[in-house]
Amino acid sequence: MTTATARTRPTEAAGERSRAQSTLIGIVRRIPFYLLVVVIAVYLMFPFYWAFRSSITPNRDLFATPVQYFPENPTLDHYRAVFSDDNFMRALLNSTIVAASVTILALMIGAFASYAIGRFSFRGRTPVLYIVLAMTMFPQIAVLGSLYTLITELGLFNSLWSLILTYMIFTLPFTVWVLTTFFQQMPRELEEAAYVDGATPFQVFYKVLLPLAAPGLVTTGLLAFIAAWNEFLFALSFTQTPNKFTVTLAIFRFEPQTAGGFEIAWGQIMAATIIITLPLIILTLIFQRRILAGLTAGAVKG
Amino acid sequence: MTVERAPLDREEDVVAAEPTRTSALTRSRTRTAWLLLLPTLAVVAAVAAFPLGQTIYLSFTNERLADLRPPEWIGLDNYRRLLEDDAFHNTIWVTLRFTLITITAEFILGLIVALVVNSQFKGRGLMRTAMLVPWAIPTVVSAQMWAWMYNDIYGVFNDLLNQRLGLIDRNIAWIADPDFALWSVAAVDIWKTTPFVALLLLAGLQVIPEDIYEAARVDGANKLQQFYKITLPLLMPAILVALIFRTLDALRVFDVFYVMFGARRDTMPMAVYAQNTIVAFSRTGYGSAVSVAIFLIIAIFVVIYVTTLRVERS
Repeated sequence: MTTATARTRPTEAAGERSRAQSTLIGIVRRIPFYLLVVVIAVYLMFPFYWAFRSSITPNRDLFATPVQYFPENPTLDHYRAVFSDDNFMRALLNSTIVAASVTILALMIGAFASYAIGRFSFRGRTPVLYIVLAMTMFPQIAVLGSLYTLITELGLFNSLWSLILTYMIFTLPFTVWVLTTFFQQMPRELEEAAYVDGATPFQVFYKVLLPLAAPGLVTTGLLAFIAAWNEFLFALSFTQTPNKFTVTLAIFRFEPQTAGGFEIAWGQIMAATIIITLPLIILTLIFQRRILAGLTAGAVKG
Repeated sequence: MTVERAPLDREEDVVAAEPTRTSALTRSRTRTAWLLLLPTLAVVAAVAAFPLGQTIYLSFTNERLADLRPPEWIGLDNYRRLLEDDAFHNTIWVTLRFTLITITAEFILGLIVALVVNSQFKGRGLMRTAMLVPWAIPTVVSAQMWAWMYNDIYGVFNDLLNQRLGLIDRNIAWIADPDFALWSVAAVDIWKTTPFVALLLLAGLQVIPEDIYEAARVDGANKLQQFYKITLPLLMPAILVALIFRTLDALRVFDVFYVMFGARRDTMPMAVYAQNTIVAFSRTGYGSAVSVAIFLIIAIFVVIYVTTLRVERS
């Protein structure tokens, strides 16, 4: 298989054959492999390319056959329309408020808990850990009915608060789980030195461990932010008017400024899609190593 | 279970490190620990434990949100209706088929992608980055992107398959046509999630030590034997963990179906049925019973997987 192919250096097997010849054979042998690489890359990227090309294709070309694979008359009209759409701009703001609040809250509350689970031994530690683990797999739909009732009774229906509070259900347990692994990996000596110097557990937390946990906080914070930014079920169920919509809801219920006589303004939807995806792509590119570490800490190693 | 191993195994170290401490100190540290846990436990109780209890309670009542009268206890009536509710049974069937299709495809494709990316080639880092992108974008966005590609007149798939390549002789309504709907929605999920599965499997591949392959080569094992006798068995823990996570996700699928089909009956998964009953029809009581049923169905899968894992280990 491919794993092994890469590991077998063609030059090893070549022996007496001339170096140039063996390189050539190596290249030829790897052609199917590179074809596979290209196929995978196209598969991953094509939908993004298509969204982008549709976002810069004017309506008269977009809703015409044959389909243009490269826009002949590229335009920024769809982007202009989306940026002048108050509801969409409002949704961007709402999502930022909700995702940022959820992230900060989850990190603040979760860091304490993971410090306790990661650095303390006490009776009940294992059950708490099991609860946290169970919660990370908790299906949101299971509590939709009662949360809906609760939110209505508290008068939080159609408010951003309803989202900030309920998003804790999937961000907090995950944050605790991943941060716990970060806290556990820290050397014990640092902490002990601080205790010898007479520090309290809270001082140890703030002055010694929290700064060390900064990379972990960035990783988990980022994952929590993305999860909150992408959420749809609660946003759909707990908000009603466009001024409370988050971006996912705005994309779903997109009402174009000027439909241009077409039923669904796909050009504008694709422009909106690119706009809300771009920050996520940039964040992912910048923090890719950390995200990978966080994801595998959360899912593979535990 | 592999999932919780890392944190739990450490407990012995923590305990072992403290035997000389006085019990007063231990008590004080226990108190501090619970203090630190308090905010998290309070939030968990408020947004998960209490609502879960409430959902179970509501499932035995005829609660309707628009109704001002207090809910009445109706015992098992909701559950009896659930047993006769063909619409709900169909959603179970849709969800199970979706789960089977997507999980199978995601693991086969994910393994291929992981093996490719685990090899040395130019642009490998770029590829790994590109793999994170479908995972990072909202499901609603990927659903809309694909819905447009599926468009029966102006969509790229029909143009490519019919007009350019001639593989089909008429434009297909990928979303509207009941023969294609489930496969179309599955394709969106497979596209979005395969890279994520591949990344999890890649992490598993990277911890397989190289000398095992070395030894196998010395013993004359060919590539295929190496794959079946070394790669696959050693990758099994990573595969099983990823499998659990993916199955749970697939069973509670909501976003992609709701965006592509709304509340269409023939392609409705369990979660959309519950949400629709609760929010659109305000039938909180019956909807809660549906939620509990979904919860139990998911729990059955968790138990099956965990038991299988235990058996594998012993």
